[in-house]
Amino acid sequence: MRKIVKKKDGIHLDRRSFLKGAALGLAGAALPVKSADASFWEAFFQKHFKEMNDDEIKQVISRLEHEYEEKYKKTITVGNEKAIPGVLFGYGLDLSRCIGCRRCEYACVDENNQSKDPQIHWISVLRFKKGEKWVDLEDSEKYYNPELVPEQDYFYMPVQCQQCENPPCVRACPTQATWKEPDGIVVVDYNWCIGCRYCMAACPYGARHFNWTEPGRKSEEINSQTHYLGNRPRYKGVVEKCTFCIQRTRNGRYPACVEACPVGARKFGNMLDPNSEIRYAIEHKRVFRLKEDLNTYPKFYYFFAYGV
Amino acid sequence: MEEKNVSRLLCLTACMFLVLFSARLHAQEQDIPKKFFVPPPPFTPGIFPCSQCHQGMPVNKHPRKLEMHQEIADSLKHMPGGWCFDCHNPDNRDKLRLANGKLVSFEESYILCGQCHGIILREWKAGLHGKRTGMWNGEKQYRLCVHCHWPHNPRFKPIKPLPPPVRPTDIK
Repeated sequence: MRKIVKKKDGIHLDRRSFLKGAALGLAGAALPVKSADASFWEAFFQKHFKEMNDDEIKQVISRLEHEYEEKYKKTITVGNEKAIPGVLFGYGLDLSRCIGCRRCEYACVDENNQSKDPQIHWISVLRFKKGEKWVDLEDSEKYYNPELVPEQDYFYMPVQCQQCENPPCVRACPTQATWKEPDGIVVVDYNWCIGCRYCMAACPYGARHFNWTEPGRKSEEINSQTHYLGNRPRYKGVVEKCTFCIQRTRNGRYPACVEACPVGARKFGNMLDPNSEIRYAIEHKRVFRLKEDLNTYPKFYYFFAYGV
Repeated sequence: MEEKNVSRLLCLTACMFLVLFSARLHAQEQDIPKKFFVPPPPFTPGIFPCSQCHQGMPVNKHPRKLEMHQEIADSLKHMPGGWCFDCHNPDNRDKLRLANGKLVSFEESYILCGQCHGIILREWKAGLHGKRTGMWNGEKQYRLCVHCHWPHNPRFKPIKPLPPPVRPTDIK
């Protein structure tokens, strides 16, 4: 029986032989086989981050560093600092001091290699009118643009990832590409994220952001000190979020937003250390957490240091 | 028998001395004010030390129209009815003077501010008030009160905000 019929306008396959051929051939044809594309196969068969041993992680990191060097024409170090034992990170934000200047928002972008075009910001500074019902975040203004801040009759509340102890985004992820680290930071493995955006739907704080395109950022703007689970350059189609600047904080430094704040409204430290700044805030000030009723147990505490 | 009593008494007094001495030591430790790691005070360039001009100048403690520094006197919005020597020291201009007459250097001006703003000073020491940079688990850079608050008119000045984020509808 003839399966392939040659006609004047082309070759026609019957259905069965087409399917047979597709199963064998097409999958392979679409994928690269040259030796130069070995890194593609390595990436394709990369194990889950938590299942890899130190050697395997080292291999993955050296592959990534090589890829980044080719892409950005500069040396980018990808770190893999582990969580420090006995540390649980906590964050405090003094709403009585915040003036809504957005310095933190842009310091975060500079530090964490977000896309600039299209723009991705991990911090949103919300403006509320004083005296009104304000916990309704939908009534807030994110695009305010006065000549000077603070403005009379308004106050400001920056919102970013709240690093929940009970993170709904982690449970929503079908590939376990996001998880909570032992020091409390919720991280994303950009090589395991499939871009389904379920986590974004699950997050009650709007803290997760999606790369709709290849991240638009010039090579000279890339911060070359990175962490695998933090600010290393991302891909098109993956979700990203605040990691308390994991590349800085795991080396003992303050997050970039803390150091950028001109009024010192942002506090950071180890919640297990009774002498830390964050513990002082929690013990001496009336703190609250955003959307406490959702049982997410955020490790991000808002408070009013002044006028209590 | 008597000898034993004497030795007991000796032992007891020695113990008491030890206890008292250690308590004194402890108290001394607490008396020493903790030093904070701060950058140098934000002087106008060339203005310090003040003694380079004030050395040998006659001291006039009365509020009046000044030939120099009148702009400071004009914008003085700190204590109502305040005058230079509430904080500055007339005899040695390179120091500040506390209400109790003690002199402090400009590097320790937070002690002076803390005379009235005690709660703020306490929170500043604890790391709550003001900005810190450096290490969350190690050496922190503190800032003096005067780095953020101009001491003669300390209210924080409004600043220009950075541009608002792009609205999703404006992303091409």
